Amino acid sequence: MNLRGLNTLLYKELLRFYKVWLQTLLAPIITALLYFLVFAHALEEHVQVYDGVSYTAFLIPGLIMMSIIQNAFANSSSSLIQSKITGNIVFVLLSPLSYLEFYLAFLLAAMVRGIAVGIGVCVVAVAFVELPVHSVTVLLAFALLGSAVLGSLGIIAGIWAEKFDQLAGFQNFVVLPLSFLSGVFYSIHSLPPFWQGVSHFNPFFYMIDGFRYGFFGVSDVNPWRSLGVTAVSFAVLGAITLFLLKRGYKLRH
Amino acid sequence: MDTAITVNEVRKHYGKVQALQGLNLTIERGEFFGLLGPNGAGKSTLINIIAGLVRADDGRVAVLGHDVVNDYRRARAELGVVPQELVFDPFFTVREVLRIQAGYFGLGKENEAWLDELIDALDLTDKADSNMRSLSGGMKRRVLIAQALVHQPKVLVLDEPTAGVDVELRQTLWQFVRRLHREGMTIVLTTHYLEEAELLCDRIAIIDHGVLIALDSKRALLGKVTGARSRLSVTLAAPLTAVPAALTEMLKQQDGARLEFHLDKHHDSIMAVLDALRAAGGEVVDLQTEEADLEDIFVQLTKRGRP
Repeated sequence: MNLRGLNTLLYKELLRFYKVWLQTLLAPIITALLYFLVFAHALEEHVQVYDGVSYTAFLIPGLIMMSIIQNAFANSSSSLIQSKITGNIVFVLLSPLSYLEFYLAFLLAAMVRGIAVGIGVCVVAVAFVELPVHSVTVLLAFALLGSAVLGSLGIIAGIWAEKFDQLAGFQNFVVLPLSFLSGVFYSIHSLPPFWQGVSHFNPFFYMIDGFRYGFFGVSDVNPWRSLGVTAVSFAVLGAITLFLLKRGYKLRH
Repeated sequence: MDTAITVNEVRKHYGKVQALQGLNLTIERGEFFGLLGPNGAGKSTLINIIAGLVRADDGRVAVLGHDVVNDYRRARAELGVVPQELVFDPFFTVREVLRIQAGYFGLGKENEAWLDELIDALDLTDKADSNMRSLSGGMKRRVLIAQALVHQPKVLVLDEPTAGVDVELRQTLWQFVRRLHREGMTIVLTTHYLEEAELLCDRIAIIDHGVLIALDSKRALLGKVTGARSRLSVTLAAPLTAVPAALTEMLKQQDGARLEFHLDKHHDSIMAVLDALRAAGGEVVDLQTEEADLEDIFVQLTKRGRP
């Protein structure tokens, strides 16, 4: 293992998003905060999902997790597509880094950005509402696994896309609907039975439901099931990403 | 190990186009080697296969004996590549770019002195802390060369390094590359400027349609190709009424009293031409000769190579 090479690529990826922190860190925190203010203000008096939990408090874990997964995806996918289109991916491809080192560096950078934005949203949100913590271990497990799932999906999308609009399509037609329809703003028990059933096929639902359990100790489905689905999603997407990188799909023609 | 690069029966196709058709090539250590060919001949495909950027359909390529697929870590550690396109990472400064590139090769602080030397040798000292975006095209080209050298490779591949580069930078660049060559580095150059290849390279390969059509020392290549010509321009005191029959095949251009002949170096002699002109009543007042150059050979071979 070329550990120094892996560390360097990770450092480069971290530095890349840190240098444009206004766009990569602050902007998504502000976006999540706007959702929080609008939805909390509109629905606080009308909706109560769990006993003893205000709608505002219910909303925050979903928004944190949504920010984590969307930003993890954005980091790896945008870095790769930019490098491919500008051509500077060649500097990594000319180096002796293995496909595994390449994967780990992009994955870890995506996880760091996702979790950094999640922490930012959390810090701002707790200024408005008191949030209990049922289990730090559960929170960490879902934050790490959820960001890893979307970090891997971002690498796949970045490798596959040849143009920015293809990547935007992936983001707008896959990531955004799946994250919005995952129970960020509602409990799936409030949905008709058919849509409840459909929600169980959405892996994002399990990430958000499990993460919410970490705060309240209450969830729509068993948290072990959520952890299992998230872990399997990561294993499947990780394996696909490694397979594509090993083959050099759309990278080493 | 005396071989810098071995290319063995390498094939590559893109759709129906055969970019490389079973190419064989050996580049010795310490050579200054020129790889020439018209656009679309397969030069860049070959270089990209050597660099590991493209995978061959068949065949084997090794750098200093290390297979570029099965032993890619060591092959890439021995190889520096200056890409043809002026690519750069807009997020970083020159020094950051070089440190990052060295880091990929497992090099850290112990390599700083070499990076400083590279920055100095390529006249980048004033720009070391400038963002890549702010550099001129010429400066970006220098950084590309520095990036290819951060890990002190033994083989350097320059893919069209002087395309779009001004004369001053071209001179600086060749001085630097010659220094690297004197210090023992193997240099592989592809260029469209044939005079550069003629000036710098010890051996030259010409590729066309993915096939090697010539490979020899520059001197041998200029000398041995059938029909290698020298040009002879003769100015007479007055135009001839008729050019002697023996000279009509050699005559390429006639402009009044000025005649231009293309001589086959193996069969035709300048003295015979002059004698024939005098015998026809011509009085020679001036003459100029010009040896065949690489361009002649290149044009002749690549034309002949076409189906």
